[in-house]
Amino acid sequence: MTELVSTAAVQYPVESLPELWFAFVFAVLGAYLLLDGFDFGVGMLYARADGDERETMHAAFGPVWKANEVWLVLFGTVLFAAFPAVYANVLSRHYLLIFAILAALVLRGIGSKLREERDSDRWHRVCDRSFVAGSTLAPFFLGMLVANWRFGFESTINGTAIAVGLLLVTLSVVLGASFLTIKTRGDLRRTMRRYGRLGSVGYVAVSLATIGYIALAEPGGSPAPSTAETAAAVGGTIAFAALGIVANRRRRDYGWALSVAGLALVFVGYLAWTMRPFVDPAAALSIREAVVSPVALEVNSIVAVTFVPLIIGYFVLLYSVFSGPATAGDY
Amino acid sequence: MTTPFGWGWTNVLDPVVAGRAQFAVALTIHIIFAALSVGLGPFLVYFVVQEIRTGEQRYARLREFFTKVFALGFVMGTVTGIPLGFMFGTNFAAFSTIAGELIGGPLSFEAKMAFFLEAAFLGILLYGRERVPEWFYALSSGFVALGAWLSAFWILVANAWMQTPRGYELVERGGRTVAQLTDPMAAFFTPRLPWLFVHMQSAAIISVTLVIAGIAAYFVYHNRDSEVWNTALRAAVVVLLVMSVFQVFHGDLYARHVADTQPQKFAAMEAQYETSTGADLHVIAVPTSLDALDNPRAENLFTVNIPNLASFLASGGDPSAEITGLNEFNYDSPPVALVFWSFRIMVGLGFWFVGLGLWGGYRLLRGGIRTSDRYLVALMGSAPLGFTALITGWYVTEVGRQPWIIQGVLRTSEGATIGLSSAEATLSLLGVAAVYGTALVTFCYLVRQYVRSERERLLPPTAGDGDSGPDSGSDSEAGQQVVGSDD
Repeated sequence: MTELVSTAAVQYPVESLPELWFAFVFAVLGAYLLLDGFDFGVGMLYARADGDERETMHAAFGPVWKANEVWLVLFGTVLFAAFPAVYANVLSRHYLLIFAILAALVLRGIGSKLREERDSDRWHRVCDRSFVAGSTLAPFFLGMLVANWRFGFESTINGTAIAVGLLLVTLSVVLGASFLTIKTRGDLRRTMRRYGRLGSVGYVAVSLATIGYIALAEPGGSPAPSTAETAAAVGGTIAFAALGIVANRRRRDYGWALSVAGLALVFVGYLAWTMRPFVDPAAALSIREAVVSPVALEVNSIVAVTFVPLIIGYFVLLYSVFSGPATAGDY
Repeated sequence: MTTPFGWGWTNVLDPVVAGRAQFAVALTIHIIFAALSVGLGPFLVYFVVQEIRTGEQRYARLREFFTKVFALGFVMGTVTGIPLGFMFGTNFAAFSTIAGELIGGPLSFEAKMAFFLEAAFLGILLYGRERVPEWFYALSSGFVALGAWLSAFWILVANAWMQTPRGYELVERGGRTVAQLTDPMAAFFTPRLPWLFVHMQSAAIISVTLVIAGIAAYFVYHNRDSEVWNTALRAAVVVLLVMSVFQVFHGDLYARHVADTQPQKFAAMEAQYETSTGADLHVIAVPTSLDALDNPRAENLFTVNIPNLASFLASGGDPSAEITGLNEFNYDSPPVALVFWSFRIMVGLGFWFVGLGLWGGYRLLRGGIRTSDRYLVALMGSAPLGFTALITGWYVTEVGRQPWIIQGVLRTSEGATIGLSSAEATLSLLGVAAVYGTALVTFCYLVRQYVRSERERLLPPTAGDGDSGPDSGSDSEAGQQVVGSDD
């Protein structure tokens, strides 16, 4: 790791380009956890809804989830394009977990798409189960993957991974409740506000439990976050949760949504910030060691700078075409 | 690597073999959905534009029907495509590390340029007919089709580099040899790319055209006066005629390029073991015993040969040109039989499509395409054959490159993940086979349902008629049964 001939002398057009790409990879991961997170939340809250409410929830979720899921593909491919060794290491190290995530996404996608294809109760029941199971398991397994990557665990199943899995499940519930509050009206909306408040309290509790567990039972990790960093993350989490609950009570639904997005931002920010300078802690690979050559990074940067604004444009367009409350039967 | 679970079973399958089988199964099924998007995209644009331009109901109906098929195919394509991207990392970790700069780049460009475009505008195409102005709706269909084509483009950029790699140099990084991108234009626009892209897109269009033609023929057979489906039938036959003829000529030139750039693949396509001049071409090869299946040059093969034609085709006109035999190469041959037979199935079907196109063109000119039972039944039976040709063609491309994952640079076995356990690889193979198989079966089942409900719409069931029975149509020939070609 010390004798690196080719990484010592390389020049990037912008000195901190590798670090910018590290930040970009995590920004894309954050966008994915945020956008598909509310899809997962819709899928979990769906379990508690009755027939008509389910139709409304499908109408809210139907036009957008496919585009949201693409952020996972973008995350995987930008990691591959900028840090191929990390992509190869993490995916092959946690082999079965990756297939578990993919299986959960299949259950979610197939369940929600196929539901509309036939009008029979039994068919709907099977599809609904698949949809709920996939929406619950996907964020859980994703949390496990993120924890294992961040802390460099060799074994896939461990306490920290399970704790972070639960954390992402809770976060997704809050995100889903926030999205549905904006997209629905009436009783369903009131219920969602309530779940949103409960979920926010739950999220803070699970965050504290996770931090406590890591400190007491599995300290270290690599690299270990400093107390100041952890304190900042806990402070940020509590602040955004509290702001969110206030906004929720005052029916400032967009303000609440922003606070929930803040929770996701703190989560991903903490993850990335405390992982530096490593990008694959298990292999002790630093950003500079794992990044691709300047030519490749430059090409990647040109494409990213050109197309990411366009992608954001598509999302603004998509969400404004389908803005306003969703009504059952639209889907 | 150890399994996270304490299972006692070991060495069910070699992990590298299981990983390759898994990739093959996943790709064979995913390519159907991918090609469906590529081929159906232009048809959707045509239907939408005609609907808006003419205001005619028949185009709206076709647009509705095929948008449903497209959306279902898109979800299946996403469900089967996302794992495929991750399988580079899980099962071919060494390849991903070594070729990351050349493969990761194009894959991420695909996501940035194609997937978001396709996914966002598909939402509008599916649910937004009443929400956006007409011109914007038409534009959305164009963007969806463009997304499918860009996606295919970048995937083929990555694949073409694996066939004819250039624009890179091998360097040491962190104690490992990796391919470093030196010339992006050379690496992304390799000599193979134009051949592969044109051949693949054209194959996708032909495959989808045959499906549309088969479905349309089925409805026309049952309702000769259906304006909607006669429109689809005529459009499909015209496209089939043009594209199938084009594909044969293009394929011939492409084979010549392969003979130049990957002689071992060409030799496997022709099962040519010894270098020879004036090599014959087996136009028809029928095995007369089972041995001949895995040894295409066995004596007990019934063949119709055209003398010197293999040499003639490979060289582009010289009947005595030398063809390098497989025994000349100092590495293992690809599985010759698989390449040889796949190539023959593809080419054979390609000529059958030309026949179908000419037959249909003749019928269009003479009139009476809607009453030609024999032609309509031929179209129904041929509905899945375009995809058969496309998949076997892809086998020629991929299997014919073996033992290399990157031609002449890295062997497939060297590209696999090191230390993967046999239990893990076997388990994921079984899971992938089950999920992908289910996705394909579900897709076929649902398209069959679409066809059924369309048929009910076209032909209100007569009194006392059950929902079963293959032929309840009132205006079709009594007693004539149609083989199910709608799936």
